[in-house]
Amino acid sequence: MSVNRRDFLKLAGLTGCTMLAGPPRRSEAAVASVEFYGLLIDTTKCIGCRSCEEACNEQNRLPEPEVPFSSESVFETKRDTSPGAYTVLNRFANGKDPDNPVFVRKQCVHCCQPACASACLTKAMEKTKEGPVIYNKDRCMGCRYCMIACPHDIPKFEYGSALPYIRKCVFCYDRLKTGERPACVDACPENATIFGTRRELLEIARTRIYENPDKYVHHIYGEHEVGGSGTMYLSAVPFEQLGFRTDLGTTPYPEHTSGFLYGVPLVFVLWPSILIGLNYLAEHRNKENNHEEEG
Amino acid sequence: MKRKDNDIGRPRKALRDVREFARFLASEMKPKGKIWTPFNIISGTIIVVGIALIAIRFYKGLGAVTNLSQDYPWGIWIGFDVITGVAFAGGAYVLTFVVHIMKFEKYEPIVRVTVLNGFLAYVFYAGALLLDLGRPWNVVNPIIGNSFGLSSVLFLVAWHFLLYMICEFLEFSPAVAEWLNWEKARRVVEKMTIGAVIFGITLSTLHQSGLGALFLLAPAKIHPLWYSHYIPVAFFVSSIFAGLSMVIIESTFTHKVFHDKIGNRLRASHDDILLGLAKGCIGALFAYLFLKVIELVHGGHWDLLATPMGYWYLVEILGFVVLPIFLFGVALRKRSVRLVQFTSFFTAIGVVLNRLNVSVIAFKWYAPVRYYPSWIEIWVTLAVISMELWVFRWVINRMPVFKEHPEEKEAMDDIIPVGEVVRWKASAS
Repeated sequence: MSVNRRDFLKLAGLTGCTMLAGPPRRSEAAVASVEFYGLLIDTTKCIGCRSCEEACNEQNRLPEPEVPFSSESVFETKRDTSPGAYTVLNRFANGKDPDNPVFVRKQCVHCCQPACASACLTKAMEKTKEGPVIYNKDRCMGCRYCMIACPHDIPKFEYGSALPYIRKCVFCYDRLKTGERPACVDACPENATIFGTRRELLEIARTRIYENPDKYVHHIYGEHEVGGSGTMYLSAVPFEQLGFRTDLGTTPYPEHTSGFLYGVPLVFVLWPSILIGLNYLAEHRNKENNHEEEG
Repeated sequence: MKRKDNDIGRPRKALRDVREFARFLASEMKPKGKIWTPFNIISGTIIVVGIALIAIRFYKGLGAVTNLSQDYPWGIWIGFDVITGVAFAGGAYVLTFVVHIMKFEKYEPIVRVTVLNGFLAYVFYAGALLLDLGRPWNVVNPIIGNSFGLSSVLFLVAWHFLLYMICEFLEFSPAVAEWLNWEKARRVVEKMTIGAVIFGITLSTLHQSGLGALFLLAPAKIHPLWYSHYIPVAFFVSSIFAGLSMVIIESTFTHKVFHDKIGNRLRASHDDILLGLAKGCIGALFAYLFLKVIELVHGGHWDLLATPMGYWYLVEILGFVVLPIFLFGVALRKRSVRLVQFTSFFTAIGVVLNRLNVSVIAFKWYAPVRYYPSWIEIWVTLAVISMELWVFRWVINRMPVFKEHPEEKEAMDDIIPVGEVVRWKASAS
């Protein structure tokens, strides 16, 4: 990126003004009027074939896994995403129907107002207008504040590398820009993961619950959690039994720090004036004291 | 002809000045005093090994030397070095407030050493942040403006660290100018002191609380007894007594170690100053306790007090906030400087505990595999502290840090000719 003098001055002026005006009212990522793309993952349809994992691995040129994608042995433990695996499938016991375990895919859910992006001081984590939360690796300084902030513990850090990056699902942003769907959606043989705008997906999800009221839990995970996310889940068993955190609340994460950030310009205006005032009073007092001593 | 001589003479004179200045600097770089002392041997070993460990860290990555994990992205390099270190550096803004804003001249003799300590703490402990960053060379990104994350609390903290370091350097620079005998420069920077102080206090308020505000983004990960919307205020208030107790601890040491450097005035008023600082500590501790009680009542997590984490919480509050208040009170009534010094240690431990609780211990208290620091993390931390002490000693032994009262000094300047002052200064360092 080349910055000429004019642009630099504009930028400097702009940032100067924004610093005076204080932080933006909300996370800049939150643009309510834009239709985000997202995924709807119906856990009742997933058969645990791991095609999505394999497609993700190929698409992102991730290292070959120790256990091949055809093996089911990986389900014996609960896995987490890692720098080498942006999406992982886990198997959970099904209380309703013990013969059919539930498979749940874990990856970035692309929050509407992402904590990671509001935490990032270099805009390495960025919410795009299309919906994906992407990672600009050249800006990242590796502070790992996004990992502290993310309620779903999605960003993963390459601890083993001297030149580490954060790794996470970016919703195949490059494919999206060329009009393609994310690789995992194309790979799913059962249409357990479907792609669409968030509004469409919510309609589909509600329709499924409405048409099969006994089959589904009447909750779309990701509709309201931490302000809603691009990727949403349907399930036949309560979400807390599937490793989902149900205690996150519905407040978008950037709002947790907005109160503090509102205070910043206040302090910047009030403190110096109060301090100057106190200083004046103190000098005055000292002078009077000196007068008394002399007199 | 004459003019020509001058033209040649001027650069020659400048060159000579530069050469003399370089010689002066070189002579000042040399250690003064004995080299093979127990302190030097121990801290020197820690530093040398520490540098080797830091080299390994940059060659092989963070995973090779730390116990950090995907679950615990921040360990003691952040939780202790940066977050606790900066809290302890709070003494500088508190004392500049007391001396430069409120004009309490009683504390004037210790303000320089406190600012020096604060400045070095920022350089070394905030500098230790670079060890923890995955790509430290990108640390300039939020500063040079190719990517401003304006919604980030960390962005604010980063800028404030930088600006505050400049402020503290300005506040200390009269001592540097006196050391170099730059009278004109000293007059200029001295005039900037009050501005730097006002700006510095504002910045400190914001980034001391900002360090707490960082954790506002982890409501589901920090134990409810430690998480509340008051974290920023609690961090700010606790930085006052953290800073003051550190000033008491530090002056206890410097009073012993640098006894010969300390002016008569400070020697005479030392006890009085410490008792005054203890009074400030008590006030801030009371405010903090009050805040903590409001936080507890507001949060309504009474049931959690009867869990192991709850007991730990009570240890922090009763043992390291309530007890210090009581002990400071006793010390002030008896005018016991010893007890003030002891209680300051105690208070400081409490601050360490609080900062580690928020950033590490109560963070993901539910995780099956907990984080504890590796020996390398601890060693590198000790190395950073040792380096800071070395630089501190170097400065104390050369610059007029424990200066006499300015009026007395001015009077001396008036009476004694300049050459005499230089000789006096040389004999004092």
